[in-house]
Amino acid sequence: MTIFQALLILVMIAAAVFAARSRDLMNAVIACAMVSLMASIIFYFLQAPDVAMAEAAIGAGLTTAIFIFAINRTVRHEDDEKAD
Amino acid sequence: MSSLADYIHYVGCFALVLIGLYVVLVKSNLIKVIIGISLIDTGVNLFLVSTGYLRAGTAPIFSEAAEQPGTMVDPVPQALVLTAIVIGVSVLALALSLAIRLYGEYGTLDLRKIKELKW
Amino acid sequence: MRKLISLMVLLAVAAGIGLALHRTPFGAERAKTGAGSPGETVNFGRYYVHEGVEETGATNIVSSVVLGYRGFDTLGEVTVLFIAATGLAAVLRVKATSRDPRDAEPASLVVFTGCRFLFPLLLLFGTYVFVHGHLAPGGGFQGGAVIASAFLLVYLGCRGRTLNETGLRVAESLSGLVFVAVGLVGLAVGGAFLLNFLPTGSPYALFSAGIIPIVYVAIGLKVGSELGAIIDRLAEGAR
Repeated sequence: MTIFQALLILVMIAAAVFAARSRDLMNAVIACAMVSLMASIIFYFLQAPDVAMAEAAIGAGLTTAIFIFAINRTVRHEDDEKAD
Repeated sequence: MSSLADYIHYVGCFALVLIGLYVVLVKSNLIKVIIGISLIDTGVNLFLVSTGYLRAGTAPIFSEAAEQPGTMVDPVPQALVLTAIVIGVSVLALALSLAIRLYGEYGTLDLRKIKELKW
Repeated sequence: MRKLISLMVLLAVAAGIGLALHRTPFGAERAKTGAGSPGETVNFGRYYVHEGVEETGATNIVSSVVLGYRGFDTLGEVTVLFIAATGLAAVLRVKATSRDPRDAEPASLVVFTGCRFLFPLLLLFGTYVFVHGHLAPGGGFQGGAVIASAFLLVYLGCRGRTLNETGLRVAESLSGLVFVAVGLVGLAVGGAFLLNFLPTGSPYALFSAGIIPIVYVAIGLKVGSELGAIIDRLAEGAR
């Protein structure tokens, strides 16, 4: 199981690097949801089912939703100004 | 490489924290900075839960099939991280509402331009 | 210039973390023993795991830590969530010229029917998660988040339907009052705030563990309605 957990951690770091470097904010938010999802699975392997449930529902679900509502009301790309 | 297998969780958590810190320090779009804060939150929560892990441990929940309290992992970091996740999402919601109001007032979310518009 | 200084700060932070924590073990063979001899540290986790079921009656030890042994921290966290929701409602004032929700482009028939079908099932699942918080993995925060996801589904799938804001505010305030009232009754009965004054019952039964199920129901309703109100306030005026 350690190989699988190492793979999950690698995917999580790759998604975080993509979120840091992407210019389109919507892509960055989806990558952030991917980081939360990988963290939720790692929580399950660390024998913490309560925390895994909370992170999946709140981190990967509601945080992404409020980010998307906020991006909808402001800019979409990192270099935009009053684009909409 | 048994030493690497021992520390891969900690290295992963701190890599996440450092990436989030880089985004907060360098990027100039406000929503990108808030995404960085969210990454730091996730990394720290992962680190806190992984300090309580025991090798071949079981979840701290008694059931009729498993009643051995000897090998259960530490429940105290899990309770603290449960609180921390909910506080993280509430801070993010408040920060995004402030970002929406800033955009309505100044027309831009670029932190360098908002600093120049001070007066 | 700013990037260079930031990279130096990051290197300093990484070196500091590495120095401070390079001897922390991961996955110890067994938990450290408790306070046997002077000089050994007390291990609270081991104490809670061994004595938790007898003292609080809940078989989910994380629930007994969150609401039994460290209940005051949970009250503080509920307060922080309340302050954030109030702050968001104060900052995002609804403009007078908000769009009529019936102007929104309707979702397709499959999405609309699916959302209408899933909404009561999600509410039922969220209620199940927080009612059984003391027996199985789950609890108030997880159940509340599932209920808030049900409200989000209504916003995404059935456009043009809005939530009853007054009902949400009433539910949130009443649940918060129930939590504090249970604590005050514990103070009046036993002399300690949030004392477990109901009988602990037998383990694995639904009506056991004293005040923990009651407080979890209150927390579940409060978190669900609060996060639902946050979603509602952010979605208004969205294109």
